[in-house]
Amino acid sequence: MKKIEAIIKPFKLDDVKEALTGAGIIGMTVSEVRGFGRQKGHTEMYRGGEYTVDFLPKMKVEVVVADGLVDEVVALITVAAKTGSIGDGKVFVEPLEEAVRIRTGERGDNAL
Amino acid sequence: MTESGAIKRALPWRIVAAVIVACVLAVGGWVFAQDKPAAPAAPAAPAAAPAPPPSKPDPAGTATGGIADVTAKDAGKPTLTEIADFAGHSRVSINLMWTLLTGFLVMFMQAGFALAETGFTRAKNVAHTMMMNFMVYAIGMTGYWIMGFALQMGGLGPISTMGGTGVLDSEFTISLFGKDFGLFGMKGFFLAGSTYDVAVFALFLFQMVFMDTAATIPTGAMAERWKFSSFVVYGFFISMITYPLFANWVWGGGWLSQLGKNFGLGHGHVDFAGSSVVHMVGGVTALAGAMVLGARIGKYNKDGSANPIPGHNLPMAALGCFILAFGWFGFNPGSTLAGGDLRISVIAVNTMLASASGAIFAMFYMWAKYGKPDPSMMINGMLAGLVAITAPCAFVSSFWAFVIGAFAGMLVCWSVFFVERTLKVDDPVGAISVHGTCGAWGVLSLGLFSDGTYGDGFNGVEGTVRGLFYGGASQFVAQVIGTLTCFGFVFVASWVFFKVYDLAFGMRVSPEVELEGLDVPEMGGHGYPEVHGPATLVHSMGASAVRAPGVAALAPERSR
Repeated sequence: MKKIEAIIKPFKLDDVKEALTGAGIIGMTVSEVRGFGRQKGHTEMYRGGEYTVDFLPKMKVEVVVADGLVDEVVALITVAAKTGSIGDGKVFVEPLEEAVRIRTGERGDNAL
Repeated sequence: MTESGAIKRALPWRIVAAVIVACVLAVGGWVFAQDKPAAPAAPAAPAAAPAPPPSKPDPAGTATGGIADVTAKDAGKPTLTEIADFAGHSRVSINLMWTLLTGFLVMFMQAGFALAETGFTRAKNVAHTMMMNFMVYAIGMTGYWIMGFALQMGGLGPISTMGGTGVLDSEFTISLFGKDFGLFGMKGFFLAGSTYDVAVFALFLFQMVFMDTAATIPTGAMAERWKFSSFVVYGFFISMITYPLFANWVWGGGWLSQLGKNFGLGHGHVDFAGSSVVHMVGGVTALAGAMVLGARIGKYNKDGSANPIPGHNLPMAALGCFILAFGWFGFNPGSTLAGGDLRISVIAVNTMLASASGAIFAMFYMWAKYGKPDPSMMINGMLAGLVAITAPCAFVSSFWAFVIGAFAGMLVCWSVFFVERTLKVDDPVGAISVHGTCGAWGVLSLGLFSDGTYGDGFNGVEGTVRGLFYGGASQFVAQVIGTLTCFGFVFVASWVFFKVYDLAFGMRVSPEVELEGLDVPEMGGHGYPEVHGPATLVHSMGASAVRAPGVAALAPERSR
């Protein structure tokens, strides 16, 4: 089992969700997050003055999948979330020790 | 605990406030005793039997209302005197009704100010900013009823269109250069005694909502750092002293309105609906207050450069501006105090044209200078056009109305940057520029562009009102005197008041309170608790709601 964590542009969430559900991935968790990478925020204007917004709004998509699906899911997210411009985000993959479905008590891949 | 400590510290102040109110009411009782109400009029003759209702319906409305509806002893056969009485009563009825209805519109401008100012400030101060705008209505009205109205209108004398304000007949004057200078009125404290009169009450309502418009302007410029207790005292100060005095000089028969009669300066200082009396008074008070308070933490860098502090809710501010623009149809056309004065159509059109050109020119100015049509300055631009046209709305053509608004739209941008970057006074909402600067432009523009089509007999001077470009140079001089007086008197009086209060009690919240946001320390709770409250608070609120008897039983059981 692996947890795939993708930080993406907020308006790309629907594309990513559709790509994943279209490939048979049946669960995910999303949260609104803020952050910056090499893009380093941007500037906005208010009443003739510029100010910097350091932490840009992003969406974090978390998907837990069986080991065999990791490459496919990462590829799907990478394609769906890409605009080609700076600030498209990143995908992180990390090992996951255990998963439990609360209702039935199933464990491991069966709980996904 | 610190909370109970804060409550204990607050108590003496409340006791002092209660004692002051008690003293004022005692004085009021004395005033009541001095000024007996007029004896009620002799009971009217028994009403004639009403005309029988029309037997047929009248869908076109052409047959409804006729001779049978004129009150007459012999129904359907009124005498000439009865017809004349009826015509006079109808005229005054239309005028009082117009004055009251437009006053109701102006009252709603309080909502516009509340939304605009709160939208332009930060979410952590939302309860504080909103409640200043809310309570200034109640506080200002109380102060105005106690003595503000009497100082402003106590010497007004009769208004021909309204029937009965002749009881306001007592103006305190001093004699200089052989001329009388009216300083303040002395009739109408608590609307008691002989001022218990329908025309006076209509006038009170209309003038009260104007005063409250001025009173709510400084709450924007002084937002996000002003102690609420200090604001409360200020609310009484402006409604009982500064506003009524200047308003008396211009609208209550005081010395500025007499510059024409006494010194041949046009029609005296003319301000049709209040560019100076309402807006400039509010804007200049805002300037004095914001100067004494100082800038918000983080507004200025060490090198003196300014940082933008974006407001938290632009849609709220834009809605507030639209409500204000709607209310202005009461503000300006209502200032005829006469629904039968058909100049109101010219006034209403001039008002809306100036709001359009103000918004458009602010938009293009910001677009050209900074690359984007700044939303907050477009909002300020529309308000600037409205403020500027308020004085000249009745005296200029639609072309000049558009020009006056257009210049105001650019002037407000220049003024905002001048106040922010040169004076280094922090005005979160632009109130000083919108109301102070553009208010001054409004009264001066009246002295330039009034075209002589209206205002015959205004302020007791024969002939119509003409500005500099229409052969009325002396009118412009009167406008300049009025503008300088407004700035000088209001700035000095307000600055001294704020400074003395600040030295004695402190006007500004502590830096810790300011950084945290004023809502909890000053008001007791957040305006947006679910956004700003700690997560545990929200959770425990939810949990206790579920635990409450009955609620859990009502919650539908989820199938999965």
